[in-house]
Amino acid sequence: METKAKNRAAQAPQTTPIRLTGAEIVWATLVGEGVTDVFGYPGGAILPVYDALRKFPIYHTLVRHEQGAAHMADGYARASGKVGVCIATSGPGATNLVTGIATAMLDSIPIVCITGNVSSKVLGSDAFQEVDITGITLPVTKHNFLISRAEDIAPAIRYAFQIAKSARPGPVLVDITKDAQQATAVFDFEAAKPRPVRPHPMRKIEESSLEQAAELIRNAQRPVILAGHGIIESGAMEQIRTLAERAQIPVALTLLGLGALPASHPLSLGMMGMHGESWVNHAIQDADLLIACGMRFDDRVTGTLATFATKAKKIHIEVDPAEINKNVKVDVPLAGDLREVLELLLPRIPSHDRSAWLKSIDAIKGASAVRDIKNLPDLGHLYAAHVIHDIWRITGGNAIVVTDVGQHQMWEAQYYHHEQPRTLITSGGLGTMGFALPAAIGAKTACPDKEVWVIAGDGGFQMTSPELSTIAQEGIKINIAIINNGYLGMVRQWQEFFYERNYQSTPLISPDFVKLAAAHGIEGRAVRSRAEVAEAVGEARSAPGAFLLNFMVEKEDSVYPMIPVGNALHEMIRRPEKNLIESPEDK
Amino acid sequence: MLHTFIAYVEDLPGVLTRVASLFRRLNINIHSLTVGRSERAGLSRMTVVCEASAEAGHRIRASLFKLENVVDVDDIAQAPSVTRELALIKVAATPHSRSQIFELVEVFRARIVDLTSESLIIEMTGVESKIEGLIQILNESDGRILEVCRSGKMTMRRGQHTSSVLRAMGAAAGDQPEAGDQPETDDLA
Ligand SMILES: Cc1ncc(C[n+]2csc(CCOP(=O)(O)OP(=O)(O)O)c2C)c(N)n1
Ligand SMILES: [Mg+2]
Repeated sequence: METKAKNRAAQAPQTTPIRLTGAEIVWATLVGEGVTDVFGYPGGAILPVYDALRKFPIYHTLVRHEQGAAHMADGYARASGKVGVCIATSGPGATNLVTGIATAMLDSIPIVCITGNVSSKVLGSDAFQEVDITGITLPVTKHNFLISRAEDIAPAIRYAFQIAKSARPGPVLVDITKDAQQATAVFDFEAAKPRPVRPHPMRKIEESSLEQAAELIRNAQRPVILAGHGIIESGAMEQIRTLAERAQIPVALTLLGLGALPASHPLSLGMMGMHGESWVNHAIQDADLLIACGMRFDDRVTGTLATFATKAKKIHIEVDPAEINKNVKVDVPLAGDLREVLELLLPRIPSHDRSAWLKSIDAIKGASAVRDIKNLPDLGHLYAAHVIHDIWRITGGNAIVVTDVGQHQMWEAQYYHHEQPRTLITSGGLGTMGFALPAAIGAKTACPDKEVWVIAGDGGFQMTSPELSTIAQEGIKINIAIINNGYLGMVRQWQEFFYERNYQSTPLISPDFVKLAAAHGIEGRAVRSRAEVAEAVGEARSAPGAFLLNFMVEKEDSVYPMIPVGNALHEMIRRPEKNLIESPEDK
Repeated sequence: MLHTFIAYVEDLPGVLTRVASLFRRLNINIHSLTVGRSERAGLSRMTVVCEASAEAGHRIRASLFKLENVVDVDDIAQAPSVTRELALIKVAATPHSRSQIFELVEVFRARIVDLTSESLIIEMTGVESKIEGLIQILNESDGRILEVCRSGKMTMRRGQHTSSVLRAMGAAAGDQPEAGDQPETDDLA
């Protein structure tokens, strides 16, 4: 399979007002907003828009399912920081987007979804392929629009872009009736500009709160920074690093925060929460001050709230005022853009020596590292941890890794050490299986020069595997690692721990993924032992086109440590000693 | 506790759904909701009354502000304010039994706005307790209540807290309930 050069003819955005059809206005507005790529699937109610595409310098990737289009727009946005765009027809096309929209909503990802709808004359009449998509997506979008006049299209799309990327980003849907696409109107990009963003009135930084926060940081003995996705969204990587280094504060990261501080940084503790390493969670529980930056105290991060970091004062820096005091009551709220707040805070923070605190964390670290699966002797069994560790080592930690949802996702977070922001792309909030493959297509489209890896489970991969066809048609070079454990592994793990090993509906028979890839003209191979991993990874990387590796890993391995729901952050299930030596029986 | 939110919203299709949906999502039952034009062109004014925990007030207000079509939000909390409700009550009454109802209407300072040989309609404005009082007395009297139509509460802060003042204050007023949570004294008007 060969990668295909895309033709994105350079064409200046239309600046002088001109009469166009609504369909042309859609594209002209997107061009004006700087869009070069969209992901979509045609159908009757959006046909005028598709018909007009040939006149505009935008590349359209044809997906195999609209869910994939939304995930691609999402992956595109996560990888690039730009707004991702997807397009679908009315009815089933629009409803197929919903899971992808909700995924973007829960992780605050800026995407704009454009859907066609039936003509305005028959709106609400249950016409063929009519669905109330603005009603359906109301709770999973930041905002949505129902547009029935050609002259409203440009203002709505421009407004949608502004909403999608401002403050706390998120998805916006613009539903356009077919008659609005067919009618004409004067297109004036400048005049369609939305009014300036209305700042949230509760988003304001009190001088007294800044001083209080600085005071708490200056006096803390055992502070920890909780670093979230907001750091990446706000572009506050430098500021977080400066704060950590100057005040010598260790940094625990959320799943979506990984990459906000290089994993190799001496002050980086790693991921916190349900599958965080024990020293991270112990440090949080022992802390006397938590500085939460662009994170929302998700239940997967806090464990039981009543026992969460009871000794710590809490500072919460967060762009969304509705997140303040939502889950965890904080002592000093700073509702504002993270980078701006840190810029105001940093001049008040002197350098500080906290070696005693850092040493005490290192001591716990030493004790738990021994139980790390990486130190397992090679007994001929292939562990997911080994696979991910090797992919990390061989790619130098520099690839964009797009994961699916399940055990492999947590192993990725534990064993692939991300040095750069936007190199881990994963569905955190919604936990959407089937996310990886389409999101990786979006990421590769946004960053064609970057090495992109999919790490997916055998279950989730099958939810969106038809997108292999998209990869083949578009000639997209991504590497796919399937962590094939024959189970819906994460659910099996819960059954093992909490449902007396009643493996109801979790064993999984899958097609031969290598043959499946081959059927799409995509190369691949199965890997069964640790000894083969490095070579196989090398082969995938050097192949000119997409490459699929089917890693046949230990079937009943579990992700450790794990904090069961209902437990405190420090009460975790550790990898049993015997598991380190013996292999679980194959079933 | 009982929360009363005042929201200025753009007068556009679907805005009511967006506001109502926010409460629905939080599984909060709306006691009453009134909407009508406001003093600001293109903006409607809503009074939303609901039962929720004290802490929920902050979150609801912050979330309302996140809705694109919501322009201003005020959480009345315990602040001195005037609250009124309008009720239309249709009562079965024959010429023979009317006089007793006329008396009640007089006592409650309500009005009769429709009169037929079988029924009459009482119009009454006041605080909730006063309307409930009339309904209760009517239930206890001979007149049978046929229909009750209540507007739900409409609330306005006392004094100079017009919406534009609130805006100038950064709409922070709801955060600190003003001292002296006065009971809803009626009949100043
Ligand atoms: C769309 C969807 N359905 C169900 C789930 C629940 N779920 C979470 S993890 C998981 C198992 C995933 O199995 P697999 O893809 O094989 O990954 P593994 O855990 O084995 O690594 C399931 C079913 C989900 N997250 N998303
Ligand atoms: Mg699996």
